[in-house]
Amino acid sequence: MAHALEPKAKTLAEAGSDAPYGVIGDLDPRVRVVLACVFAITTVALTTIPALIAALATAISLLMMSRLPIRRTLKRMAMMDSFIIFMLVLLPFTMPGDPMFSVFGFPASWQGLWKAIEIGLTANAVILTLMVLVGTMEPVTLGHALHKLRCPEVLVHLLMFTIRYIEVLREEYLRLRGAMKIRGFRPGTNWHTYRSFGYLVGMMLVRAIERSERILGAMKCRGFSGQLILLQEFRMIRRDHLFATLLGGVCVGLLFLDFL
Amino acid sequence: MHIVDGALSNPVVIGGAVAAAGGIAMGLKSLDIDRIPTAGVLSASFFVASLIHVPIGPSSVHLILNGLAGLLLGWAAFPALFVGLLLQAVFFGFGGLTVLGVNTFNIAMPAVLAWMIFGRLIGRGSPVQGAIWGGLGGAFAIAATTLFVAVSLALTGDEFLPAAKLVFFAHIPVMVIEAVLTGFAVLLARKVKPELFLKGSSA
Repeated sequence: MAHALEPKAKTLAEAGSDAPYGVIGDLDPRVRVVLACVFAITTVALTTIPALIAALATAISLLMMSRLPIRRTLKRMAMMDSFIIFMLVLLPFTMPGDPMFSVFGFPASWQGLWKAIEIGLTANAVILTLMVLVGTMEPVTLGHALHKLRCPEVLVHLLMFTIRYIEVLREEYLRLRGAMKIRGFRPGTNWHTYRSFGYLVGMMLVRAIERSERILGAMKCRGFSGQLILLQEFRMIRRDHLFATLLGGVCVGLLFLDFL
Repeated sequence: MHIVDGALSNPVVIGGAVAAAGGIAMGLKSLDIDRIPTAGVLSASFFVASLIHVPIGPSSVHLILNGLAGLLLGWAAFPALFVGLLLQAVFFGFGGLTVLGVNTFNIAMPAVLAWMIFGRLIGRGSPVQGAIWGGLGGAFAIAATTLFVAVSLALTGDEFLPAAKLVFFAHIPVMVIEAVLTGFAVLLARKVKPELFLKGSSA
């Protein structure tokens, strides 16, 4: 799934610390989650190109406010684009409409081109806002915020477990890969590679199950009852209200621009 | 395999979200306190497994392993895969927010179907027999996922049909790889920890 990660990039390292993310980092996590959803729904509802450009501009200005590494964040966004690009390139040729030009006898339509641009702008604006508003949170904070927003407790538990153990299991994976490498394993297109990778996945799962049994034992020993104990109290202050009002206003403005 | 925001029509997005919510609710109901750590750790390991690049000719594919996730987790595959997709969208920028429901359904429903069809079979007979059923389950889940993706695109509009067909045919090699890897993973698990799938099939 996360196939574009470089081998050296840590899965959740960047979100691991409560680094100061400018104005955005100080906001109440609940506000950020809700606003990201509101903005996403608004953007998906937009249908005109100028409004969508304005939405993307909003997302980019949020990025500027957040003090995230701009180049790397935009690069991640571009990675997503590389997955959808073939669909977007196909669209002008598959959507009927006024012909623009033709390639090898296949006519491209203006309508298809606009549709492709529309999808590209929407996808980028939403994902960028999501990364800026929610992705800058510490993963555990996200869990707590979701719990406070009345997500089912078990789901939040599952989220927290996943967050906690991704890094642990990744290290285990790298250890197993190291062990394979030291025995001269070089992946290629052959049966041996597929068998080795299959065993690798199987071994990871067996170890994960055994680890989970130990975890359950340790948790029971400490009186785990399935209840989520929150370490942080969230409080809405004037800054949060102000930001929520501002971004809410921008959303209304976008819808208005779309309507014009 | 991820669909992005803005590509699908509203009825498809809403339908996907409702279906995913239903699936997640089913999954959460099947998780009692004792199974939370197992589901959580497995959800994390599927996240990590999806980072593995498997070479195929000059290129490489990454694993999805939703079939295997379904075989091990049953309905709990729904919340587990949802959590994976949520983390990917939030921290890596893959996929989208409003399409999270559709994406969850497209990946988790085939997992649950694979479990319903093949779940009992992989625990039976010799480990090799189990592995073959596991492999079929793995291929089935990927085939169903691409089919679901194609259907979600096709329901949105005819202009996406060629793209949907392309997605399906481009994933045929992925189905083969997933089948082989899932098969071997099941084979190893059957040999090393035979009780794993016996429990899984009754869950």
